Amino acid sequence: MKRTVRLFAVVACALFAFMFMGAEKAKGEPIRAKIGVISIITGQGAAYGEAITNGIKLARDEVNAKGEVFVDLKIEDSSGKQEQALAAVQKLINSEKVVAIIGPTLSNEMMAAGPEANASGVPIMGTSTTAKGITQIGKFVFRNSLPESQAIPAAVGQAVKKYNIKKVALLYGNDDAFTKSGFDTMKEVSEKLKLNIVTIQEFQKGQADYKAQLTKITSLKPDAVFCSALYNEGGVILAQARKMGLKVPFVGGNGFNSPKVIEIAKEAAEGLIVATPWFGEKSDPQVKAFVAKYEKAYGKKPDQFAAQAYDAFYIMTNALKAAGTADRAKLRDSLAATKNFQGVLGKFSFDAERDVVMTPNVLIVKDGKFTIFN
Amino acid sequence: MFLEQLINGITLGSIYAIVALGYTLVFGVLDIINMAHGEIFMFGAFVSLLIVSKAGAPLPVAFLGAIVVTAAMGLLLERFALRPLRTRPGASHLASLISTIGVSILLENVAHKIFGSGNHLFETPFAEISFTIGPVTVYLVQVVILLISLFLMVGLSLWLSRTRAGKALRATAENLETAGLLGVDTNRMITATVVIASAMGGVAGVLVGMAFNYINNQIGLSMGLKGLAIIIFGGMGSVYGAMAGGLILGLSETFVVAYGSSGYRDAIAFVAIIVILLIRPQGLFGQAPAEARR
Repeated sequence: MKRTVRLFAVVACALFAFMFMGAEKAKGEPIRAKIGVISIITGQGAAYGEAITNGIKLARDEVNAKGEVFVDLKIEDSSGKQEQALAAVQKLINSEKVVAIIGPTLSNEMMAAGPEANASGVPIMGTSTTAKGITQIGKFVFRNSLPESQAIPAAVGQAVKKYNIKKVALLYGNDDAFTKSGFDTMKEVSEKLKLNIVTIQEFQKGQADYKAQLTKITSLKPDAVFCSALYNEGGVILAQARKMGLKVPFVGGNGFNSPKVIEIAKEAAEGLIVATPWFGEKSDPQVKAFVAKYEKAYGKKPDQFAAQAYDAFYIMTNALKAAGTADRAKLRDSLAATKNFQGVLGKFSFDAERDVVMTPNVLIVKDGKFTIFN
Repeated sequence: MFLEQLINGITLGSIYAIVALGYTLVFGVLDIINMAHGEIFMFGAFVSLLIVSKAGAPLPVAFLGAIVVTAAMGLLLERFALRPLRTRPGASHLASLISTIGVSILLENVAHKIFGSGNHLFETPFAEISFTIGPVTVYLVQVVILLISLFLMVGLSLWLSRTRAGKALRATAENLETAGLLGVDTNRMITATVVIASAMGGVAGVLVGMAFNYINNQIGLSMGLKGLAIIIFGGMGSVYGAMAGGLILGLSETFVVAYGSSGYRDAIAFVAIIVILLIRPQGLFGQAPAEARR
């Protein structure tokens, strides 16, 4: 009985304090909102979670300092596990009463957490979920992470236009789900652009010798090679191809999108074209400011995951401003209306299915580093 | 394209053959398969990489360094993984097979610790020398690889058939105890065999680096498996079988890619091996069935 009284007193005090604080800030009248974050804080993949939460915290500090919106973050750990992501989403919705959720990190975590948030009418936005069918879960599910099926067509499209490509050779690793799906996209795009596919060659992970495949490709004289490989194999393929005299442009998938390719292939990497949502070397002042602030706060350069999370938080708070109040349903509607948001990733909109509409950066390796392709 | 692919196939096949020679030598004498051979080969490649790319020394030094290090590894392998099991009465014949598997896992992980998991560029000016015959570009490395493999094959078979040491080796292979009774130092013969086989693995490692320009700590596994398939196919313990088997596998893999489908590269090559084994169970150059030998 005594304990209940004490608890009541504490709650009452807290309430008073809260009201008082509210009165203090009443001049600017910021919209107060509790936003939940689900990410991988522990276990395998914690590096992703670290980048994501760092990006979000940086954005929160900036937004809160401006005084239009005041966000209280509630960060939950999913450990990369579906069941833990589901428990986290339930806790955030029912106990913390958050207005919206950013996360979880993995696509299959979203497959578990998304339906729950959708059923409760809480907007949820993935920042790193690239699998097919994420936003089709329901009308409260969003994402701002560009899937590979959009990145590859951008790279292919620009390369085809610039080099007037008609005949292509396709080369891919057939024992890896990621490189295989990249290849499927490349094939689809080639067919859509009515390119003549002269040959499709396959290889396996860890192979040392690609000369048989490359000799065949060289003999068919394609205008370009579309290659879906991870950087380890990709670097070797590039080096052996250039040595053989195959000097045509190479277009790669996201697996190729790593400075390691240049480390492995050295000058043979010149002319490799990839598409990526995040490019930290951009001369855009917004990007430069973000990179500098992030580096100052965390001692390292932001990666794709940090940048996507950073933009996601801004998209969320901009929608809050537009909604004018921390209401779940109103926030959903204003989120869905997001158009031409200018973030560090570039210009961003949601399509009718709450999926990403943006132009990825197409990069080319020039003088030993990735630069904007044009 | 045919000629270019032929050269690709011969280069790949020659390297397979040298790897297989190392297996066949150990098998011929000890009747065991040295599962650590692939990893010793990989170490040979890395040692020469360090000498050529990091220290900037010329290629012959790299060969010498690789041979010295892999020969020493062979010596240690024999001393600590094979001999204790051989002298132990009642030890199963398979025990030494298992211990070499253990050594191979150890070596792979040591390589991972030292060299990391990615691909390493093997740069040497020698690998860039090429000449053109008609429409075809041939790299000097490719010729050298073929010559070295032929030289090793001929040298090895002459050594086994013509020299006193070779005779002693064959006697040891025939029957360990009898050879010992007749005054052959069998322990020395076996050590010599493992050391020579390992050194050949080291040579193959340097050649792979030169031919493909890249090495990683997984090449031991993939090349080792191919080498195993080749000695079964060519005939266990046969020097010529290892050579012929290596070339056939290398050529068939290359031509499957050139004229068939690259996705079936390994599948078709190994189906060919199975078919040949069905027709000739002892392998291409294999001797009469086992009971006649023992």
